[in-house]
Amino acid sequence: MKRFIGFIRKEFYHILRDRRSLFILFGMPIVQVMLFGFAITNEINNVDIAVLDHSKDATTKEIINKISSSKYFSVKQFINNEATIEKAFEKGEIKAVLNFEPDFSKKLVAEKQATVQILTDATDPNTANTISNYTSAILQKYQQDLNTDVRIQYQIAPQTRMAYNPELKSVFMFVPGVMTIILMLVSAMMTSISITREKEMGTMEILLVSPLKPFQVIIGKVVPYVFLSVINAIIIILLSIFVFKMPVQGSLFLLGVESILFIINALSLGILISTVSATQQTAMMVSLMGLMLPVILLSGFIFPISSMPLPLQAISNIIPAKWFIIVLKGIMLKGVGLAYLWKESLILVGMTLFFIAVSVKKYKIRLE
Amino acid sequence: MNNENVITVKNLTKMFGDFTAVNDISFEVNKGEVFGFLGANGAGKTTAMKMLIGILKPTEGEAWVAGFDVQTQAEDVKKSIGYMSQHFSLYNDLTIKENIVFFGGIYGLRKSVIKEKSQKLIDELGLHDEADKLVGSLPLGWKQKVAFSVALLHDPKIIFLDEPTGGVDPITRRQFWEMIYREANNGKTIFVTTHYMDEAEYCDRVSIMVAGKIEALDSPKNLKKMYKANSMNMVFLKLARNIE
Amino acid sequence: MNTIRYIIQKEFKQIFRNKAMLPIIFAMPMIQLIILANAATFEVKNIKFSYVDHDKTSFARELVDKFNASTYFDVVSNFSSAKAAKLAMQAGKVDVILEIPPYFERNLLKDKKANLSVTINAIDGAAAGVENVYINQIVQQFNQNAKIKLMLADGGVAKAQKITTIPSFWYNETLNYKTFMVPGILVLLVTMITLFLSGMNIVREKEIGTLEQINVTPIKKYQFIIGKLFPFLILGLVLLTVGLVIAKLLFQIPIVGSITLMYGYTIVYILVILGIGLFISNFTDTQQQAMFIAWFFMVIFILMSGLFTPVESMPKWAQILTEFNPIKYFVQVMRMVMLKGAGLQDIYPQIFKTLVYALVMNGLAAWSYKKVT
Repeated sequence: MKRFIGFIRKEFYHILRDRRSLFILFGMPIVQVMLFGFAITNEINNVDIAVLDHSKDATTKEIINKISSSKYFSVKQFINNEATIEKAFEKGEIKAVLNFEPDFSKKLVAEKQATVQILTDATDPNTANTISNYTSAILQKYQQDLNTDVRIQYQIAPQTRMAYNPELKSVFMFVPGVMTIILMLVSAMMTSISITREKEMGTMEILLVSPLKPFQVIIGKVVPYVFLSVINAIIIILLSIFVFKMPVQGSLFLLGVESILFIINALSLGILISTVSATQQTAMMVSLMGLMLPVILLSGFIFPISSMPLPLQAISNIIPAKWFIIVLKGIMLKGVGLAYLWKESLILVGMTLFFIAVSVKKYKIRLE
Repeated sequence: MNNENVITVKNLTKMFGDFTAVNDISFEVNKGEVFGFLGANGAGKTTAMKMLIGILKPTEGEAWVAGFDVQTQAEDVKKSIGYMSQHFSLYNDLTIKENIVFFGGIYGLRKSVIKEKSQKLIDELGLHDEADKLVGSLPLGWKQKVAFSVALLHDPKIIFLDEPTGGVDPITRRQFWEMIYREANNGKTIFVTTHYMDEAEYCDRVSIMVAGKIEALDSPKNLKKMYKANSMNMVFLKLARNIE
Repeated sequence: MNTIRYIIQKEFKQIFRNKAMLPIIFAMPMIQLIILANAATFEVKNIKFSYVDHDKTSFARELVDKFNASTYFDVVSNFSSAKAAKLAMQAGKVDVILEIPPYFERNLLKDKKANLSVTINAIDGAAAGVENVYINQIVQQFNQNAKIKLMLADGGVAKAQKITTIPSFWYNETLNYKTFMVPGILVLLVTMITLFLSGMNIVREKEIGTLEQINVTPIKKYQFIIGKLFPFLILGLVLLTVGLVIAKLLFQIPIVGSITLMYGYTIVYILVILGIGLFISNFTDTQQQAMFIAWFFMVIFILMSGLFTPVESMPKWAQILTEFNPIKYFVQVMRMVMLKGAGLQDIYPQIFKTLVYALVMNGLAAWSYKKVT
């Protein structure tokens, strides 16, 4: 036991003495969380659009007014013919064009029906869809106002309540994801080089010859980083709560415990990578290149998993980050407890044990 | 021995913050000499050498190597010298031949010259079977010999060797010194640092550094007489004791 | 000139001899491209829909059927009480609850209006907004049909004025997310590989000691830097080419614009990334530090590149920061040239800024590389 403590102590010294890495390990997550919390958002505002008005009558003027006074849009150009649309899109000056047909007002009164075309630059399909939907909504509202004097007949009015996030703040969606990504990458990165570095420097042989058992070496390498990562996690959670006003509807204690569980999970993954890599370079490339995009894309951080094709949904199940994000959102935004989250927690525990077991086995093989 | 000074050092000093690694050293090395730069680990030998080969800027003092000022004409210095570092510095993931081609090319040797020298080197070291093997797979002794030969590819007038025989067995050490002598006989000046005091016997003149200063500078014979010792090892011990 | 050739030769040999790294450099990015391009979509579909029907008339059932028929929603369950539904939402089993009040049909006929209660899981605010729009559209349509039937029975009334909106999606009629994401993901992969490799390169020679040997040779700084840049530039271009072939063959991504222009821009772009990598490499002592720093910038660049969330939606200060994000420009150029067919004049600003960036970064890299410490 004493040897084990001594080993852990050595690992601590390694870490604490590398000032630059330490600075990066703490400083960077903070900078990143701050940056992303504020900068990453799906909401659209002041999107540049153009108007092609063939009618130029009172009605179209009113509609254009409504659109430009909305915070979502900014009417940047008034164009005169269809030909200019293409150039404007190509140059990337505007994202959408509203095309009013000629004699708009007249048609509305006489034929009870007029058309507006909403042309969007769909190279960014998400924004295009959102723009389309929002302009439709504004037009719908205008249409309703037009018809208020017509007796309201048989009107079904949906009353919508936005649960867990009434103001539709996109931070609520992204902050749990950012927390997860950063914790995962930093943890995996930190430990992924710890074993390969010993291998490269040659001190691994000393460890192998020592009476320390393989699982002691593995656990010993994880422990000091747990402390570091927990500090990181606390900082990130505090930032989320106080700077981004994320609520913690559920139990803070459970939040802490689950975070520690996830940290240990990520660290074990790093160790696993470390045992199968011959050089530091390989370990780092695998943990960064191999983990970064899959975690960002398949964890449900930005893109909803339910919208992905089934095979990808299956793959997303082996990404620990996915389960942790569910846990985070559950505890912080829904206020649920272990009763609802036991499945996710169990999965995380299982994965962690798996990573550690394989690491120990791989480490033993190196022994032989 | 020619009286041409190929290395002249005047009041050379290097400080890292408060710590003085090299403290006001002055000496000269003549052409064709095998000059030993001795001292314990941490005495400042490597730091001094790095200043002479133009990769470390002195804090104070001056030095000329091959007639060039190391501070203002560092690149000219580098053209005229060969260097073998303390830590092995050939590419482990390239073969012997590939390392030769690379370094030969960097020094601006023509392809035909590189080919010829490559063959010569492999013949002299007897490494025909290993020529296309990765350097990393060679035993340490061979690596050192290859590194030494690579340092000579561009026919430099002065060769700087930093602890060239570290960790190598006695027979290989002997062979190494035979290679050094051969180059010296060809008129090359050899500047070698080492902490093996017995290697000092092989040098024409020797300087002993202690804590950044040169505490002794003479031929091994004279030093042994001066310190009434029968080996350089004893000289060093007496010197060290005196200092304390 | 020759010196540079020797360095390039050595670098290539080392890259290809590294058996462990080769699959990571070539296979991993392509596998990720193929798999992940399918993941990136903001499309809202298969929304887990549930309802609580207090009315239990066929009218109410018709409304539910409308949701069933919609491709956006999956009707996964119905509950007998709002409370049960709420618990299900807590457990993540449903994301939308439609509560039809008792006497729904009767109220509509008698009072000429009726309410519906809709609860949407709004943790993903943007998706919730979109779901809300879809729900309203479906309810509206249902309402329209009901109105017509009821009003005909009623004896007709002044018709309302209707504004029809026709959406038209240019360059991507089917709103295929892949068209948008595949070039973007390819950019990210090429960037990551070139940044990490160049970032670790010089620092590794520092760590193993060969850098010192190089510094003792008469090699000039610019020769060394160019010799180091070139192999990775080629590597990046090869990756890009393979990626584009996959994009075209596997994903049928349209390539509307000039390929020459794309490659030309890519060369300048990769030089920026390599410059950043080499610059980092000069300042760090260990490979670990170099990787951490490269990673730091990578994550920031990726998330703020406009690939996943629009740059225009970011606060002003963040948008200013993106001026220094080379990936942002690449994503813009890719979209404009590849998907819209924009020409050289259209991407002048991006090319100019990237060129300046390349000169600055590589200049910094060359300046910060010291042969003499």
